[in-house]
Amino acid sequence: MTATLPPTTGPQPGGTQPEAPLAAPRPALAHDWRRIARMGSIAAFGQVFIALSNMPVRLDERLIVKPVLSLGYLVLLILPFAAGYRQGHQIKREGVPTYAPGLNEVVGGLSCGALAGGGLSLLAVLLTHFDLREPLVNWSPILLDLLAFGNATWFAAVIWLVIGGGMGAAGGVLRLLGPRIRRAVVTMALAVAGAAVLESLVVDLAEGLGLETLTDRLYARRGGVNWSSALGLAVVSGLLAVVGRGRFRQARTRVTELEGAKRTQANVGLILLTAAVLIVLPLFAGKLTNELLANVGLFVLLALGLNVVVGLAGILDLGYVAFFAVGSYSAAVLTAATSPKIAPEMPWLAALIVVVIIAGLVGLFIGAPVIRMRGDYLAIVTLGFGEIIRLLFLSDWLSGWFGGSQGITNIPAAGIFGLTDVAGTDPRRVFYLVLAFCALAIYVSWRLEHSRLGRAWMAVREDETVAEAMGINTVNVKLLAFVVGAVLGSFSGAIFAAKVGSVFPTSFLILVSIVILVVVIFGGMGNIIGVIAGSAVLIGVLGGPKQPGLLVEFSEFKLLIYGALLIWMMLARPEGLIPSVRRTRELRQQEMAQDAWLRGEVDDDDGGNGPAGSPSAV
Amino acid sequence: MTDTQAAAAAVPGAVQPLLETRGLSVDFGGLHALDQLSFEVREGEIVSVIGPNGAGKTTLFNAITATVEVSDGDIVFEGQSLLGLDPNRVTSRGIARTFQNVRLFANMSVLENVMVSQHCRTKQHAFGALLYTRAFRREEAEIRQRAEEILRFFGTRLIGYRVDQPAFTLSYANRRRLEIARAMATQPKLILLDEPVAGMNPVESAELTGLIGRLRDEWGFAIAVIEHDMGVVREVSDRVVVLDHGVKIAEGDYADVANDPQVIEAYLGKGAGER
Amino acid sequence: MARAEVRPVRRRARKSRTGVDWFLTIMRVAAITVIGLGLLAFIAQEINTDNPFAQWANPDATGLTGAQFQGLIISGVTQGAMYGLIALGYSMVYGVLGFINFAHGEVFMVGAMTGMITSNKLADAGLWESNFVGSLVFIMVVSILVCSLTAVIMERVAYRPLRGSPRLIPLITSIGVSFFLQNASVVLLGPAAKAYPDVPDWIRTKHTFLDIEGAKILVILVAAVSMICLWYFVERTKSGKAMRAVAEDAEIAALMGIDVNRTIVKVFALGGAMAGLAGILWGILFRSVIHTTGFLPGIKAFSAAVVGGIGHLGGAMAGGLSIGVAESVGPLVILEPLGVSGVSQLRDAVAFAVLIGVLLLRPAGLFGERLQAEDRT
Repeated sequence: MTATLPPTTGPQPGGTQPEAPLAAPRPALAHDWRRIARMGSIAAFGQVFIALSNMPVRLDERLIVKPVLSLGYLVLLILPFAAGYRQGHQIKREGVPTYAPGLNEVVGGLSCGALAGGGLSLLAVLLTHFDLREPLVNWSPILLDLLAFGNATWFAAVIWLVIGGGMGAAGGVLRLLGPRIRRAVVTMALAVAGAAVLESLVVDLAEGLGLETLTDRLYARRGGVNWSSALGLAVVSGLLAVVGRGRFRQARTRVTELEGAKRTQANVGLILLTAAVLIVLPLFAGKLTNELLANVGLFVLLALGLNVVVGLAGILDLGYVAFFAVGSYSAAVLTAATSPKIAPEMPWLAALIVVVIIAGLVGLFIGAPVIRMRGDYLAIVTLGFGEIIRLLFLSDWLSGWFGGSQGITNIPAAGIFGLTDVAGTDPRRVFYLVLAFCALAIYVSWRLEHSRLGRAWMAVREDETVAEAMGINTVNVKLLAFVVGAVLGSFSGAIFAAKVGSVFPTSFLILVSIVILVVVIFGGMGNIIGVIAGSAVLIGVLGGPKQPGLLVEFSEFKLLIYGALLIWMMLARPEGLIPSVRRTRELRQQEMAQDAWLRGEVDDDDGGNGPAGSPSAV
Repeated sequence: MTDTQAAAAAVPGAVQPLLETRGLSVDFGGLHALDQLSFEVREGEIVSVIGPNGAGKTTLFNAITATVEVSDGDIVFEGQSLLGLDPNRVTSRGIARTFQNVRLFANMSVLENVMVSQHCRTKQHAFGALLYTRAFRREEAEIRQRAEEILRFFGTRLIGYRVDQPAFTLSYANRRRLEIARAMATQPKLILLDEPVAGMNPVESAELTGLIGRLRDEWGFAIAVIEHDMGVVREVSDRVVVLDHGVKIAEGDYADVANDPQVIEAYLGKGAGER
Repeated sequence: MARAEVRPVRRRARKSRTGVDWFLTIMRVAAITVIGLGLLAFIAQEINTDNPFAQWANPDATGLTGAQFQGLIISGVTQGAMYGLIALGYSMVYGVLGFINFAHGEVFMVGAMTGMITSNKLADAGLWESNFVGSLVFIMVVSILVCSLTAVIMERVAYRPLRGSPRLIPLITSIGVSFFLQNASVVLLGPAAKAYPDVPDWIRTKHTFLDIEGAKILVILVAAVSMICLWYFVERTKSGKAMRAVAEDAEIAALMGIDVNRTIVKVFALGGAMAGLAGILWGILFRSVIHTTGFLPGIKAFSAAVVGGIGHLGGAMAGGLSIGVAESVGPLVILEPLGVSGVSQLRDAVAFAVLIGVLLLRPAGLFGERLQAEDRT
């Protein structure tokens, strides 16, 4: 079969083509100044935007490293650094294959960063000479003061050029470092930042465990890591990163390479370990931490539900909050004595069964009309349904049932078989309840994904027409995904009602749907672990639509950040933080096929003619 | 349904064809893609549908599998009309197809492609999967086993390490093979192959031609195949149907059809027919 | 013989076979029944509020006077004209790129905000009172420029890198853009509602002509003029032809020497300009703007684009008018007579219901959609 060789056009396996002219090598220190100017000015705009968004002023109270760095200044350092780093990246990519990074990166980064910093210098000058407070609410002397470190305007102008240039150059230098040192540096930075962000959590847990002395040393009295401890932390983590290099990955490969029963054992062990940590941890945590955990858990549950719809079946449901609302309201009506129309005052668990049925029916009711629509229409129409449901709960027309804008209050605690009562006053119990339901949701999505139904969802996501032609009743299959998602969402709603003790229409704005979507996409659609990690990180750190996260100071800005994050994820990493293998394939099919070809892994043993070589999307 | 039975009764003694189209017409806004076409496939038969480009061959397949709207006529399969069924119901009645421009589930593995196509022959639903019942496990095992059996039909092409590779990494010829495997997995009585050897080299084409014969002999499928390669057509077909402009212009075995002046004219133009 | 028995069976007859189909049929019937009953009850009320049917439907009904009804229609048309202007942007982008630019409603909000800022500055300088018409034209021009720029930047940053990715990816991105713009407005301009400066009397008071406020006349006039200009641009100019060619088939258009990227940028700019105009009109009419101003009108305008048949410019305007009138008249003519209380709260729900209804009954919209060649198959 070697008689028919692939046509000579296109890259050959092995990657070298003797005839192909190589791009002329760039002379050293030749900069693409236009690109530097473009990136620098974009970063400068970003800097001005951040400054005027009041983020630096508001976040200045939160110290990262005492007394050197506050979160407010930190947000002003990120962009110049990123611009400097990225500038180096582009030189590398477009240069010759043998290009070795050097002074180019540093100079490029420096100029880029200085430009970005220059944005703030300009802003400082403008702040002193003009008054634009009228439309821009944060145009204030406080901002100027912050930018000038309490000094005169000229100082601000100079210092931000210097800081920007410095950060940009640092970004460039990071490019120069070998992968090993780079990893160590990044780990150090992350360790310090992580310690600062997780401060309240760590302090709380340390109190529970009786380790106050440790945290007293680590953190300053009024927040922030002590600079000496920060240094120590950086050194330790850096060393760990260098020493432990590859160990983690090795351990992981060792686990993934296990086969059969041993693999199962390893998995079960891991799951048990995680469960044990999650069960033991809250016992030592204080109320605030448990509150946070409970909130995160609720969103994990919602995200798992949406993941069935979006991740597994590929239906973009923007009105997912509707099921959350239906779950909450039906639980409220069924359990609360104050429910306006009917008040059966059922016990929570019994009510839950009814809630599930109602949610399933609502899922069918909303799903049936939309399920045949094209994906993008479906998205908007589900969003419309989400709004309609909220408007109905809000309306005077149904206020006899749901209390209109007054909502339903005094919802009793959720009794679990008479053992305990779960209410918001004891967030630890709420967390355990949520944990149980999360486990259920994980089990459901995991089992369904690896069943006949899961395969059908996959096929529908891939190509609906062909799935139909292969005998899959696409309408029913998609509808089922919708209903499963609805039921999982309603669990979350029912717990929410018992936790908060009251439901109001304002808890169910469309932005809840969007936040859940961001969380799912951030983590990685279709991957259970990714979805959990995504919601834990985002909701835990930034907070939910109304729930505060660890960085309480961010609450004004979190929606902005969610929006920016969604755009950025879609542009840079649409498969999410921890992608599912399959999603990655879908989104990067072409690249992966090309990679496989270059590695010589492409299936061509039957002397494939032309098309085998052209990795076109099928 | 009653008129079908009446029709069957009206021709006593005649063998009921597996699939029959009666006066089938498909219009695309004034264009008659198919015009009063009567076409049949009998049990265990391999029928080739040939004709110049735009003759309505693929439209015929689309009409049978309910992916285009039929404007007139009837399609009868095993004595029952297929009109009014959704495509997935047609498939579960026992008609499977492949696509002219290979349409696999590109990101699913080879095995999954075949497994998912058994959907309409399997029953286990959400609850079985959730409770992990014995019936569920048995069915999963069966699905997997049957999928592997089907893949083995293609020799070493689709088994081994390739089983777990995503379909888009397959070579072109293997994609075509996988499409046939997928059609087989729906456990049909009739398979519609839309240009199965298009774009293949002679060696592969010959191999696949042999496979089409084996599909009938070993698995007992009736097969309708659209093909341009006359060598393949001669090799496999029991009967050849020639379409032109949505009308059947000839029917019979290969030799008859190949010498039919009308067919030559349709393919080569008027002048050639007179020569 | 068999031929005679084979009736021409149309696939149309196959609907309502599966459970979902039955359900949908029931829903369609229910929707039509509710609308019909509501209308009948309304007519009964209008004849005589005491008649038994009207009493049965809603004992407290009062009916509408002719003037009230006319007022509803006019405010519906006014709102609808604005929805139509916004819908043009959705429709054009969908026609050219095949995805829903969810953030287009925010462009409209940016327009209204720009108008608020500029008009307040003008009012501070005293120009707003002394030369209202000139100021109005000025803020319109500024708003058009700002909104076009916003839309173009949006395209460049968020959508251009995503061309050719799966259809839902740009949609999700546009949701992110929408979220970002909305919240950028919060952090930069503050979360409170902001007012436009006072407008002259002739804008506020009703005129003898049909008894309409000046602002509404202004809205309808501006919408009509800009619609005509847009039509002229798209149908008669070279750029317009390029746009239509790209909408038809971008690849072929590129082969014919059309700069597809530039054309797409123009489409976004044009859509942004229309949204900017609508923003100013909104500001003049309601004299108040807040960061969420863009959300609901955006969705309704999208509904309008779908109702009119997406990709169809005249359809977008017609769809806008229908949605506007439906949400203004619908609650009072259909729901109120049926005894639904507090109907004005449900106007948004009615707008969404119209969208859902149209997609159920006639998915291609009233005038049929114009899609790219690949989407039609």
